[in-house]
This record gives sequence, structure tokens and C-alpha cells, in this order.
Amino acid sequence: MQEPLLTMKNIYKSFPGVRALQNVNFTLYEGEIHALMGENGAGKSTLIKVLTGVYPMDGGEIYIKGENRPVHIKSPQDAHKHGISTVYQEITLCPNLTVAENLFIGRNDELLVDWKKNNSRAEGILEELGIPAKPTQQLSNCSIAVQQMVAIARAVDMDCKVLILDEPTSSLDDQEVTKLFLLMRELKSRGVGIIFVTHFLEQMYAICDKITVLRGGELVGEYKVMDLPRVELVAKMMGKELGDLADIHNKAQTDNENTKEVIIETVGLASNSGVKPFDFKAYKGEVTGFAGLLGSGRSECVRAIFGADKVTKGKIKIKGNEVNITSPLKAMKKGIGYLPEDRGRDGIIGDLSVRENIVLALQAMRGFFRPFTKAQAQAFADEYISLLNIKTASADTPVKSLSGGNQQKVILARWLLTHPDYLILDEPTRGIDIGTKVEIQKLVLRLASEGMSVTFISAEIEEMLRTCSRLIVMRDLFVVGELEGDDMTQDKIMYTIAGVNKSE
Amino acid sequence: MLKRKESPTDTAFLLTITISLFIVIYILSIIFLGDKGFSKIQMFFNLFNENAALIVIACGLSIVMITGSIDISVGGSTALICTSCIVCLNNYGFNFFTALILALVIGLTFGAVQGFMIAYLEMQPFIVTLAGMFLGRGLVALIEVNQIQVDNPSFELLSGARIQIPFLGDINKRGVFIQSKLEYGVVIAIIVVCVMFWLLRKTNLGRSFYAVGGNSQSALMLGINVKKTRFNAHLLCGLLAGIGGFLYLFHTRSGSVQQATGLEMDAISASIIGGTLLTGGVGNIFGTLFGVLTSGIVLLIVTAIGSQDPWWPQITRAAMLCFFIVLQSIICSRKRK
Amino acid sequence: MTKNNIKPSTQRGVSVFKTISKHRLFIPIAFLMFLLLLNIFIKPGFLRISLGRDSSGNPVLIGNLVNILNNATELVILAIGMTLVTASSKGQDISVGSTIAIVGGVIMRVLCGNETQPTELKAPIILAFLLGCLAGMVCGAFNGILVAKFKIQPMVATLILFTAGRSIGSMAMGGLKPKAVSSFGYYGNFIPGFPIPTPILITILVVAITYIALKKTNLGLYTRAVGINDRSSRLNGLNPAKIKFMAYVIMGFCVGIAGFVQSSRVQTVNPYTIVPGIEMDVILAVALGGNSLGGGTVNMAGSIIGAYTLQTLTSMLTTLNVNTNAVPVFKAVIIILLVAIQTPAVKNFFSNKAKVSKIISNQGKESA
Repeated sequence: MQEPLLTMKNIYKSFPGVRALQNVNFTLYEGEIHALMGENGAGKSTLIKVLTGVYPMDGGEIYIKGENRPVHIKSPQDAHKHGISTVYQEITLCPNLTVAENLFIGRNDELLVDWKKNNSRAEGILEELGIPAKPTQQLSNCSIAVQQMVAIARAVDMDCKVLILDEPTSSLDDQEVTKLFLLMRELKSRGVGIIFVTHFLEQMYAICDKITVLRGGELVGEYKVMDLPRVELVAKMMGKELGDLADIHNKAQTDNENTKEVIIETVGLASNSGVKPFDFKAYKGEVTGFAGLLGSGRSECVRAIFGADKVTKGKIKIKGNEVNITSPLKAMKKGIGYLPEDRGRDGIIGDLSVRENIVLALQAMRGFFRPFTKAQAQAFADEYISLLNIKTASADTPVKSLSGGNQQKVILARWLLTHPDYLILDEPTRGIDIGTKVEIQKLVLRLASEGMSVTFISAEIEEMLRTCSRLIVMRDLFVVGELEGDDMTQDKIMYTIAGVNKSE
Repeated sequence: MLKRKESPTDTAFLLTITISLFIVIYILSIIFLGDKGFSKIQMFFNLFNENAALIVIACGLSIVMITGSIDISVGGSTALICTSCIVCLNNYGFNFFTALILALVIGLTFGAVQGFMIAYLEMQPFIVTLAGMFLGRGLVALIEVNQIQVDNPSFELLSGARIQIPFLGDINKRGVFIQSKLEYGVVIAIIVVCVMFWLLRKTNLGRSFYAVGGNSQSALMLGINVKKTRFNAHLLCGLLAGIGGFLYLFHTRSGSVQQATGLEMDAISASIIGGTLLTGGVGNIFGTLFGVLTSGIVLLIVTAIGSQDPWWPQITRAAMLCFFIVLQSIICSRKRK
Repeated sequence: MTKNNIKPSTQRGVSVFKTISKHRLFIPIAFLMFLLLLNIFIKPGFLRISLGRDSSGNPVLIGNLVNILNNATELVILAIGMTLVTASSKGQDISVGSTIAIVGGVIMRVLCGNETQPTELKAPIILAFLLGCLAGMVCGAFNGILVAKFKIQPMVATLILFTAGRSIGSMAMGGLKPKAVSSFGYYGNFIPGFPIPTPILITILVVAITYIALKKTNLGLYTRAVGINDRSSRLNGLNPAKIKFMAYVIMGFCVGIAGFVQSSRVQTVNPYTIVPGIEMDVILAVALGGNSLGGGTVNMAGSIIGAYTLQTLTSMLTTLNVNTNAVPVFKAVIIILLVAIQTPAVKNFFSNKAKVSKIISNQGKESA
């Protein structure tokens, strides 16, 4: 048996009130692509941050091939010295530096830098990987996808034994993902061990050799990919038998035939975010969806409706009456709710308590001079904590200490509390565990059956197919099609997005 | 530097604005106020003579500002350096070099202690250096309450010395050619500017200042020792405050509790005018040099226009600062889009 | 079933919250007590309050505590405004001292006109007060626009008025140094016949208004939400720019009141030396009160206690005959120590030991 490249033994890590890792073991061999799977809060990110020295571990040992004693990784710099590089989900480069600087900075302790040499070296690397950027370009002038590629290029270029990819694909389109996979296979053949963290099962099955599953900070097991079918994997991650996913059907599809009351209608709406004028209608008791690739304008459309971006053209009608929405507050007062795409940046208010986060939107609608009493607010919070099964120590806990899925539920509670007629959910299931995903999908269908009009946006098409009864398809900031009923198939959506007619 | 056709870096962009503005103001002052001495070459050199200390201190502030921090203790440490050096020069037989070493030690101590608190204890820079400012001025009062003058012949001799610039000069009213003079302090200031420019541009340390200021979280992930970088920035600022404080003494030859009041604000505004963003990550040492010169010339213009009221220089200074801050904000938000 | 499960946990949550909030005030209160004890030790008659007579024979309260309460007025009022500014804009207003000079300048100009020693007031005091507050609010609005509209860091934005304020104050008075008649002095000293210093009454009034405002409006919630995350605040129907702007205008109003009290104390204003370094004291009071200087916390009681603590310290140092210019040394050292022990790095240093031993014991249990 070959000596493992990396062994993590009995790792412990806890944060105030949370045991993030308990007795976790992890082994990685050379030339292996090893998936780290688990729901949110399972401890994947914590394990990686322990491995890269971002968090000190509370207990356990890490062995690296070629070093007899357990290593102590105190900082990311230390991790680099041991041959461990990471590409994180969020872009962890410096936007104010040039592409070349981002590739090379922090990699040696030499006093002087030869930028001419670095720039030409960077040019070579970028060309080799097919990244459309110039070495001397300031990073913030590049697109997000390119910035991500630069981050990967940096890790690739570092002579690393262990490469950690922490959800690197979340901001890449299919073409770029393919490119990345090519790169990963290349590295694999060079004998690099890759730890791949992702929420996309497809991608995992496409590229990985082994899977380590974590749940609730504990190790579930290590499996070979071919030994673990999808259903079993999901079951292991959730800790229960699957079947819930299959239960979901869109009943609203039939219901909405009877009640054709238009809740909201846009006519030639466009905003300063660049989205081209679009027409859209949402009926009472219906779940609509915006489908399209990342950057196709699906979020921009709903942001325009909610007044989050400045509307430059067109009009919005609510129940037939034209309204002037210039700010989110006005939209809220007209009965619109909006759960934003980026939970951490636009959704939660981290240091406020769960209670304050839940009542905030309703409070803003009530006005500055009419605060809720603490008892009132507590009653609202309690109601929704039990209704949505939010796992929190108390309503006074700062929301930032909750897991991603529970934070998302808090934001959902916030909007449900305002009792909107029209609720926009922009990627409510992104980056959260499968259990909560199913709960949210079910909730959406229930809300629709109770008469709310919901717009549901997701990057996963299957999810949209399960929940939506009508899909608006977008490409390059234009609405390019609308699919309904039997037309709503994965193939049809793909063809519409790609702009090819299937029959031709 | 390689060609950057499409979009210049933020730093390069703001630097261009600052330098062109200085040139425009200077030319305008020569055209409209030439009879008030603005056409004289000595005027240009005086701009340096008067501001040598500020140039050095502003360089230090630019560096901490680039790392996204701030140091408002430099005025206090300057006052402390002046008074303690004078006391030592007058009473304890210090000479030029020992006084310089004392100044550097004081500056470095301030930088190191503050840097440690900010970088390793993660205390807020504003509060830490605010305390440093209190401490500096307070210590002056403990050493000497009254204003004191240097009484050390050899030091005074050096301090009074001037470099005669060959071939450059002005003709006075009697038609006599007077060579332009430059103080020795200016030479030190210019050396500092060049060294710091080189340091920021060409060394890993310098680039990590930018990286930490741009996004400290990312910098950490990129393998930069953020804490050490922050500490180094403050240490460097302390060193430059030491040099700057000494130049201040070298120029004024006096010390008091109220000395160099608002020096930190002058240095900060010079940095801002020079294109350093207080959010960090963007800035240039030559920009800072031109920032000092720009505010210097504007103040001279205000004085020359001849308003007798004592409040105009400060108000002008503030108005200028306001103009640049707003300008920066507008330009940056436009660029982001 | 579920309800039963929830209730005890929320009650426990409430009690936990109470201990935390107690803890947040613990340091400033403990420090204040410590200083008071130290004062009693230094000066045995420290706590004594007596009824004396002033030069014109009116009854007045005399005593160290009265002096501290009296002299802390400006600090307390400014700390209230500064808490809101800090919480909402994640930064501090360093122009308060300079704006007091402007307010003082405006008030003196209104009261004295162009004369240096007018025999009577040229305008009603109420008008001077209102114009003073207006001047303060205009300055606050100026800062607020820079911060809220142009998104400039507060410290830099307020650096402008910090630089210019004292000169503008001097300009407002036309370069004169007028002294108003003594009836203007009632507000900074005593109302004849009433023994409690007027500034203390003004403080009580301002604190009461603040308390009501925090109870009856969403001031606290809004400023905190905006200070923590202004992007999501906007998507929740708040207007971050407006809230920040309002915080600065309120700060300006506080400066107006403080400036009025300050100029009434000696009925004259020297814009270049009035309330030197008060901006630093105010910021320190806010920090002492357990507010994060990085925004997002509104601990008003803490700020007010912090202001009194600082004033107690100042008066103690004066009692000890420390040179006024050297007072900052002590403040600096104490502040650094206080802030240092509140930093996560130092806290972790102490709590880590406990944690590690806990985990080791847990590990022992599992292996057994």
C-alpha cells in the first residue's frame, strides 16, 4: 500500500456554542481527486480551514508524506510551505493589485521582486490555461469568472502536493467548469492530491475518485465513488433514507388554471443594472421561475421589480394598477417580498439577533415612530422559529452564528411575516444542505397553494422544474422565452438558453 | 513598466490627477501672482525647505494608509522628539548624531508599540494612535512645560547651513544674482521619498502593503503574513516620523507642547490629495510628495492674495481637502461602474 | 409540545442576554467606582456636598461630585450623539470640538453683535440658542452628506471641519473676542436662587429625551442595522443614507446644545482654545461604554457612564496637581489598557487555556 500524501487524525475544533469538528479522520493519496461532501454545517469548511491554518485546531494530528512528525500548520503561509494550496469559494485575491501580482505575491520571502520576469511568467501561465487576462491588468477590472480562474492558476502554479478546491465552480459556467476539470485531470496525472468540495453532485461524480462524507461535524465514512450511488450518498449526507425529494410535485400547476388573477405585471421594465426591457406576469397562486446562466440577468429582473436597482424604463402594475417603485420600501408596501441572492452580503444583518432579523422588514414598513414592543417581536420570532423549524439557541442569538440553512430560514421568516402577495426568492437554496432545500421547496409550493404568487430562482434546473409552473428563460440580459406545462423539460430549457430550436 | 492601454490601475490614475493639478496651479500662480514672488526659482525651493519634515511624515502616513490603517500620533511624537532632543542637546552634551539617534529611537518606539497593538492585539488603529498622540504631547509637558530653543552651537551651525544650487537663482531688485538655497533637510526628505517609492514598488514588503490594504482577508489567504505586514507598516511609519520629527527640529530649532499641532492632519490631507485612499490599497509616494507641494503652494497663494484675516489659511486648507475627498469619491464610484 | 420546548429556552436566552448586557456595562461602571474610591482615598472630603453662596449671595451646591456632574455636561451630550454616529457610520466624528467653536462663535455674534463689551444682549437668548443649534446641525448635515451621499469614511469627512472649524468660529465673530452680560451665564452656571448647576439640569433633560427617543422610536434598531450591514438594510426597506445623515444631524444638534452650555459658562468664546481635545474625550467615552468603534452597537447608557468616568479621571488628575498638558498621558495609558483587555486577542489568550483543558478532558472520556 502506498503511503498517503496527507493524513488528518482525530481532528477536533469547536467554536463558542458549536462543535464544528469531532474526531474527524481524513486521508488523501497522490494522484487522487477526493470529494469532501456534507450538508451545510457538516464541517467541510472548518476542516479545510484547519488544514490550511486559518483556524487553529483544538486537538488532533496532521501528517504529510515525507515528514515523520505531525505537522503544525499555524497559518496559510505555513500550509503553503507544506505544499498545501487552496482556492476558496469566495474570491480571495486582492482586487487592487494586478493579475501578475496576484499570481506571485506572498509566495516567497525575497526582498526584491522582478516584475518584468513575473509579468512574462504570468503571461505564460495565463496563456497555458487559456485565461483571458493580461498580467498587468488590475484584477478588479476582470470579470468574476476570470478572477476565479486567476485564483486557480495561482494555486496550480504553486508547486503544491495538496490542492484544495472549495466550491470553485459556483461562479463558473459550464464551459469554464470543463476547462477546470481538464486542469484537474492534468494535475492528477502529475501526482497532485486534490480535495474537491462542491454542492453539485454531477460534478462530483464526473471527476472524483473517492468521497469522504461528514455530517454534523463527525465523520460518516470514506467511500470509493463507484461504490456509492447517488441516492446512497444523499442518504449518508442527510443521515436518513431518501424519498422526500420525489414527493414534491407541483400541484399549483393545476390550481392556477382556475384563478387567473394577475398579481404583478411588468411592461418593458429595464434597470440601471443593464437588464433589457422585459415583460412579465405573475398570477395568484402560481410559482414562476427565471432560468438562465449566471449573469444572464435573472437576478437583475427581480431586483428591478423590487426597486433594489434603479428602474430606467417601463412600468410595473400590481393587480392592474400602475405603481411607482423607487425603493425597496415602496415595493414592500405594495406587498412584494424579496429574498436576495447573496445571503451574507444582502440578506442577514449578522450582529443583530434572530428576533431583530425576523421583525426588521415588518418594522421598516410600520415606520420609525412605531416600534414593536419586545414582547410583540418575541411573539413573532417564536412563531416563525417553530413554524420554519429554525435551529437556534434562542431568539437573542446573533444570526451570524447560525448555519447557512438556518440563516436562510430566518430571512424567509422575515418576508413571510410581512405577508406579501408576491414573494421573490432568488436562489434560496444556494449553499445550503439538502434537508433544508427540500423544506424550502415544499414551503414554496404550500405558499402558492395558499394563494401567494412566488418567483423562485435557482441555479439548479431540476429544482426549478420541480417547483415552478412557468419558466421565463433568459440569455445575456434578454428574456428569450417562456416555457409552460409540457414544454418544461430540461432539454427544452437548455435549447432555449442556447438559442437553438430543437426541431431544426 | 509595461504598457497599460485599456484601464490604468487606480493608483496610476489618481497620481496623474495630482501631478497635473500641481503643475496647473503652479503655472497659474506664476502667471497671475508673478509679481508677488511666485516667478522666483527660490520660491520653488522654499516650498521644499518649509515642508521637508511634512514630506517625510506624510510618506509614513501614506504607507499606513495604503495598508488600510491610520496613524494620528505623528504630531505628538514630533513634539516629543523636538523637546527631548533639545533638552539633550542643551543639557546632556548630545551632538547632531546622538540627537538623530534619539529621534529615531523615539519614532521607532512609537511605531513598534502602536504597531504591536494594532497588528497583534487587533486594536483599532484610530484609538491606539489617538492614545499615542495624547501620550506624546503629555510627555512633552512632563519634560518641559515652556517653549525651549536649541542652544548648541554645532547643531545650529549645521541647521543653518544651506546648499547653494549651481546656475539656478533669481535676480533681486538691485540686479544682483542670488543663488538658490536648499536646506540639507530637503536632501534627506528627497532620499526618503525615493527609497520609499522603491520600497513600495519593487519589494515584496511594499506590494504586501497594497495587498493587505486591498483586502486583508484575501492577503491572508494568499500567504501574506498580514499581522507582520501591518506591524511593519507602523514600524516604518514610526521610523519616518522619527526622521520627520528630527527634520522638524532641524528646521525650527525649538520645541513646545503645542508644537506641530495638526501635523498629523496635514500629513493625512497631503496623502489624500496625493491620491492615497483611506480605504487602503491605493496610493503612491510621489503622489504624496505632490500632495504636500500642492497644499503648500495653495497656502502660499492664499497668503499672497493678502487677506489680513488669520482664519483664511486653515479654511482654505480644509476647502482643498474637501474638494479632493469629494473628487476622489466621485471618480472612484464612476470607475467602479 | 413544541411550545413547552420553546419557552424555557427563550427564558434562558433572556437571562443570558441580561447577564451579557450587565457585562457590557460592567467595565465602565467598575472603572467609575474604582476612580471614585481612589478619589475618596486621595481626598477624604471628596463625597461631601454642601450648600454655599456665590459672589452675589445666591445659594449654590458645592462639592466635587457636583463639579464632576456639572463639568461632564458637554461630554455626556456629545457622547450621546457620537454613539449614534459611531453605530450607524462605523466611524467617528472628530470635528465636534471645532464645531463647538463655530456654535460658540455664532452664539456670541448673535448676542453681542459687533461690540466687544455690550451692556445688553443684542438678541433674545432663545434666538441665539436656536441659531447655535442650527449652526451645529448645518455642520452635522455637511458631515452627513459627505459620509452618507459621497460614502467617505467618517474620520476623513469630518477631518475637513476639524481643520476649518475653529477658523470659521473666529470668522463668525469677526475676529473679535466679545463678552456677553452675566444673565447669559445662567445656562452654564446657576439660575439665581436655584442651587443646582443648570448644566446638570440640561444633562438630565437631554438624557431623558434620548431615553424616550430610544424607547419610542426605532432609532436604536435602525442605526445598528445600518451600521452592521447597510446593503441588506436597504433591501429591508431602510434608507441607510438617510439614517446616517440623520445621525450626523443629531450629532450636530448635540454639538449645538453643548456649545451653548460651554459658551454660557464664561460668557465668552475663544474659538482657538475652546474645549481643546474634546473630540478625543468623547470618542474615548463611547469606547469606554462598550460600544464597538467599528459600528453596529448602541450602548447609550455605557457611553454616558463612560463620559462621567472620563470626567472623574480628569478632575482627579487636576486634584493631584498634574499639569493640564500632561493629563493626556494618564488618559492614554488607561484607555489603552481598557481597550486592550476588551480585544479578542487578549480575551482568547485567557479563555484558550480553559478551552484546551476542557477538550482534553472530553477526549479522555471518549477514549475511556
